Amino acid sequence: MAMMSSVLATDTLPGDSKDDERPKWDNKFQYILSCIGFAVGLGNIWRFPYLCQTYGGGAFLVPYFVALIFEGIPLFHIELAIGQRLRKGSIGVWSTISPYLKGVGIGCFFVSFLVSLYYNTILMWVLWYFLNSFQSPLPWSFCPLNENKTGLVEECQLSNTVNYFWYRQTLNISADINESGTPQWWLAMCLVACWTIVYICIIRGIESTGKAIYFTALFPYLVLTVFLIQGLTLPGATEGLIYLFTPNMSILQNPRVWLDAATQIFFSLSLAFGGHIAYSSYNPPKNDCEKDAVTIAVVNSMTSLYASIAVFSVLGFKATNDYWACVDRNIISIINEFDFPDQSIQREDYLACFTHLNSTQSGRMARLQLKSCHLQDFLDKSASGTGLAFIIFTEAMVHMPGSPGWAVLFFGMLFSLGLSSMFGNMEGVLTPILDMQILPKSVPKELITAVTCLISCLFALCFTLQSGNYWLEIFDNYAASLNLLIFAFFEVIGVSYVYGLTRFCDDVEWMTGRRPNIYWQVTWKIISPLLLLTIFIAYIILMILKQPTYGSWDPQYDDFPIKQEKFYPGWVQVVSVMLSLLPCIWIPGIAIFQLINRRKRKGKNSWPAPDGKNSINL
Amino acid sequence: MLVALFPTLCLVTVIHAQLCRPDAENAFKVRLSLKTALGDKAYAWNRNEEYLFKAMVAFSLRTLSNRETIEISNVLLCNITKRVSFWFVVTDPSKNQTLPASEVQEAIRMNRNRINNAFFLNDQTLEFLEIPTTFGPPTEPSTPTWIITFGAVFFIVAVGIVLLIISGIHKRRRKSKASRETGDVEDKHETMVTIENGIPCDTLDSKEGRINRAFPADDEKFTPL
Repeated sequence: MAMMSSVLATDTLPGDSKDDERPKWDNKFQYILSCIGFAVGLGNIWRFPYLCQTYGGGAFLVPYFVALIFEGIPLFHIELAIGQRLRKGSIGVWSTISPYLKGVGIGCFFVSFLVSLYYNTILMWVLWYFLNSFQSPLPWSFCPLNENKTGLVEECQLSNTVNYFWYRQTLNISADINESGTPQWWLAMCLVACWTIVYICIIRGIESTGKAIYFTALFPYLVLTVFLIQGLTLPGATEGLIYLFTPNMSILQNPRVWLDAATQIFFSLSLAFGGHIAYSSYNPPKNDCEKDAVTIAVVNSMTSLYASIAVFSVLGFKATNDYWACVDRNIISIINEFDFPDQSIQREDYLACFTHLNSTQSGRMARLQLKSCHLQDFLDKSASGTGLAFIIFTEAMVHMPGSPGWAVLFFGMLFSLGLSSMFGNMEGVLTPILDMQILPKSVPKELITAVTCLISCLFALCFTLQSGNYWLEIFDNYAASLNLLIFAFFEVIGVSYVYGLTRFCDDVEWMTGRRPNIYWQVTWKIISPLLLLTIFIAYIILMILKQPTYGSWDPQYDDFPIKQEKFYPGWVQVVSVMLSLLPCIWIPGIAIFQLINRRKRKGKNSWPAPDGKNSINL
Repeated sequence: MLVALFPTLCLVTVIHAQLCRPDAENAFKVRLSLKTALGDKAYAWNRNEEYLFKAMVAFSLRTLSNRETIEISNVLLCNITKRVSFWFVVTDPSKNQTLPASEVQEAIRMNRNRINNAFFLNDQTLEFLEIPTTFGPPTEPSTPTWIITFGAVFFIVAVGIVLLIISGIHKRRRKSKASRETGDVEDKHETMVTIENGIPCDTLDSKEGRINRAFPADDEKFTPL
């Protein structure tokens, strides 16, 4: 057996004559940049700062880095190493490790497909906002007139201009997930444009993405720096930053914090999609994947921190603005009531004046019904995801000088971030298709890519319906999270136990020149699988405990503009369960299929040949 | 005669005071925010400005068809505060009554822009309480801006795709032509290389050995122990 393994460990592998035709990276920097672009995505901008804010500021960094060291980096190293060693996409890699594990590869393929569907939908919204940023005043800064031109639209007056633009003029959202409505033509146009842009970048696989990634991966850093500089000069930025980073160590006792840190690291690095396996399969065999893994993971985390500084300086500015607006409203009420001269009360004197008047004229002051203004309340208003980008940030940018320019930069940055992640997703879909060679060689790669993009675009048209946003939340919550945890668990187990940790360490030593040290071996064998199992169980428990509800935007609701909590109807819950199961059902499915095949073949070999000889074919 | 004038004057003042007071019938409250609108360039509100205001109101009413005899003296101001805010009514020249509120409102709404401009103010800084704002016609361009930007982006991307596809077809044609040509060139090259049993000798010089692919590398073909 030792001889067999040393034969395998030479330069060539079975089927390697085709290796010259396998695409290659132009240079190492392209590969590193592609992996960074895939890992750094929208979540770094709008999920990490929210988690930092919710979980006690600087204290969140402790569970975050613990998760990075014991879960993120080891898993990432495994993905890069097996891709580089076995030089196939996810399906090929897992069927090489063990035919029973082929289901993991197929599941990764499906998850990549589902995620690219809804991820590009988010890019569609970003593109819509980007196209609308080329005008002054920005369309989300004012309410339009109603139909008979006698006043402003009521829905806009009751909520605010940014909410109206997002929920009505962009999504045209229905009040209930049952009401699907019609596809919105402007969104459909943007969707087609998005898929066309994705197509032109991935048209020749890594040949074309390798060129595009130079822009899409580096542009966000440029914009983040510009926003950081601008943000720090805005009034109120320091309050935002202090609020973000003030550590509240007591929060570490809450197990939820550790769970969220672990899941954030996991999804942030885009593990278990098969995209990183695909990327590293195009590497030369002797490449230091250990250094790559650590570098890319650290860059990803640093980007999250950098982005959160920029985001929070802007949010601090917005909170200060809202606070001043609140104070100004109160001052105007007081001035109008008591007929003081215009601008006689400055913002700084407001509190003193307020207390004085309250003591002397409490009756009249009580009638004014002034809302109390505290900066803390405005800083506490947090949001993640689309709420941060399309509602809070857009409002903040309206108040910045030169707002159309900032809006163009911001949405351009979001689009680049999402696009570079889309490259990785699509690579996770296309590389297995091309590796499995289900289509004849004469079919050009451009055509396969075109058909894939077209099919995805047609499926994604569902998200342009009026209930599209509700469906996207379902996809976000159910399609990816559980499945990725399962696949990552099988990845670690498959490599550590099925492939064999010693054999894997030999391979890594052959590729990098160094044997993996005790840290890698312990995390691969014991710590990461245990961590993944714990996260998975905790996730399941939380999902079962919480009845799934969604917030619907209903102008007819009594408490409008507050969203109405509604329960998902039965058929929607069925669809969610199917979405969760569709990718991971392949693991047991393929394993059983292979088992049955083996039994059949063994049975065939043990039947006596017609001339009485019992021959075993070699 | 002077003695007769005095009571008349008193009577007029009293009647005026009765017509114009806070919350009187057909009276409107006006509020100006000069410092907010103009900052350092704010002018002081004095009797001359009041006169201009009365003139603007009288002018607005004159634009109504049946009120061409309104004079500045028909506009009465009262309760002027430091805010600056005051109440005003418009009296009917023929009768000793105030004009109905609806007429005054209509007149002000039609000429709101002129009144604002006379004082360098806008609807938020020159407020007529209870007279809703008049909206100007919406200034939307015929094609929304986003469609123009969309067209530009889409056009560039479409042109890019076409170029890439054409260059891909060219490359493939060149490759198939080159492979046909190397078929002829190989015959010439073969004479330069020493050949043993049909295999060029230099390829056998690798130190690490070769894998014989005819030998199955699959572990399965061996009976398990």
